[in-house]
Amino acid sequence: MTTLPASTRNKLGLVIDLDTCVGCHACVISCKGWNTENYGAPLADMDAYGAAPEGTFLNRVHTFEITRDNAPPMVVHFPKSCLHCEDAPCVTVCPTGASYKRAEDGIVLVSETDCIGCGLCAWACPYGAREMDGAERVMKKCTLCVDRIYNENLPAEDREPACVRTCPAGARHFGDLGDPQSDVSRLVAERGGVDLMPEQGTRPVNKYLPPRARDALEAPDLASLCDPSGDQATGFLGWLDRALERL
Amino acid sequence: MHPAPSLILFTVLSGLGFGLLVWLGVGLRAPTGLAAFILFGLGYGLAGVGLIAAAFHLGHPERALKAMTQWRTSWLSREAVLAAAALIIMAPHAAGSVFRATPLPVFGALGAALALATIIATAMIYAQIRAVPRWHHWSTPPVFVLAALAGGAVLAAQLTLAAWLMAGLGLAMALHWREGDRRLAASRSDVGTATGLGGLGQVRLLEPPHSGRNYLLREMVHVVGRKHAVKLRLIALGLGAVLPAALLLLPAGYAIIAFALSAHLAGMLAQRWLFFAEAEHVVGFYYGKR
Repeated sequence: MTTLPASTRNKLGLVIDLDTCVGCHACVISCKGWNTENYGAPLADMDAYGAAPEGTFLNRVHTFEITRDNAPPMVVHFPKSCLHCEDAPCVTVCPTGASYKRAEDGIVLVSETDCIGCGLCAWACPYGAREMDGAERVMKKCTLCVDRIYNENLPAEDREPACVRTCPAGARHFGDLGDPQSDVSRLVAERGGVDLMPEQGTRPVNKYLPPRARDALEAPDLASLCDPSGDQATGFLGWLDRALERL
Repeated sequence: MHPAPSLILFTVLSGLGFGLLVWLGVGLRAPTGLAAFILFGLGYGLAGVGLIAAAFHLGHPERALKAMTQWRTSWLSREAVLAAAALIIMAPHAAGSVFRATPLPVFGALGAALALATIIATAMIYAQIRAVPRWHHWSTPPVFVLAALAGGAVLAAQLTLAAWLMAGLGLAMALHWREGDRRLAASRSDVGTATGLGGLGQVRLLEPPHSGRNYLLREMVHVVGRKHAVKLRLIALGLGAVLPAALLLLPAGYAIIAFALSAHLAGMLAQRWLFFAEAEHVVGFYYGKR
């Protein structure tokens, strides 16, 4: 059913700490591993040993550079996966009912036996969270590891998404963002967590914690010490500079 | 967006077919016998060929019937339902005209309304997508509707009407381009909002997530096709609307109609190609591309 639930009992989602992420891509690999071996169609690699390999991933890490005024540039690693939006545009456009948002926990899922592979949901998603599998021709997306988080066959500490479980830096957090008292909700409040592209009106559940303010270095402008220009040159070089200038 | 040939053919041919069925349904032209057979055959044929072309775009065409179920929220589902309903409701009118020389105006009018609704639904599939700002605007549906009605009117040999509709189509295309060029900026999305880092300074992609290509880039970040955008716009406008409009005002003849129709079709293929190739998806911000 592609009608979005009016409200969901829980809002399960991720909180991603852009201050802590070291860009190791371990979450990308553990996600691919778990979701290839478990629920749903495996995540295909096409032409894996050929000239132009490409594959289906539910989570990818981009790296951005921020140029700041009067401060050194900053590098930010940026993992991106489905944000399990409250107003998920990918769900309502689905013609078959394959895409749906669960009323109990807000997870957005695809029923792969109903998906006709039209790709309209991937067009509707502003974040690029959905990818058509190259081999199965059905839409793949983050399931929030729905087959782990409720799985009583796993030890309690493993009942969280594979990306969160594997992150060596502790940059990924999983919990109920609908409960203001939950650890993740308090973390978002404390650190000023933000929505991605709020102007797209999707109301994402996942939040991103911006990088903390860096220490400011009380130092002279080091770049000018490297200045190779001959403005202050004296002696022979100064004379040569002036002489060449006059020519 | 990737200009998939299957989608370009589907929207152009199917639009033309349903446009013709609109005019046959409202009875502006009420052919009987062989003429009706040819005209209704064309209408059904074009609409059908378009639908088959669209099925080639699917990963699992064998499940296509499931697309009829979610008409409450999905314009794609509404399009499928309306297309099927239009073709079924129009059938008694078509059969009556062909075999009994008795058009059935009630079925015709109802079928025409459904055919028009189908064309609008096709346009809404694109116009609803907020992540593609160029499409997400009221100027998108008029292009689809006028293109279908103008082409359909040529096929139905309603030449004066067709000439006016062609003029309207030209205006609608120009308006869609003029507004479209401003839509990305008007969406307020940029790499700063996409990453949530815009408040800290100028954001740019330093390293993409992988060295190869992926589905998202292939499907939604098509930058090659925009190189000749201005020339293609002139071709689309000239061949698709202006030339046919001028030709249709000349004294009527089969040669003129055929020439006007081929020019219009060539122009519409260019327009539809640009419609996809020029459309920027906001996911491009994550890849440093538009």
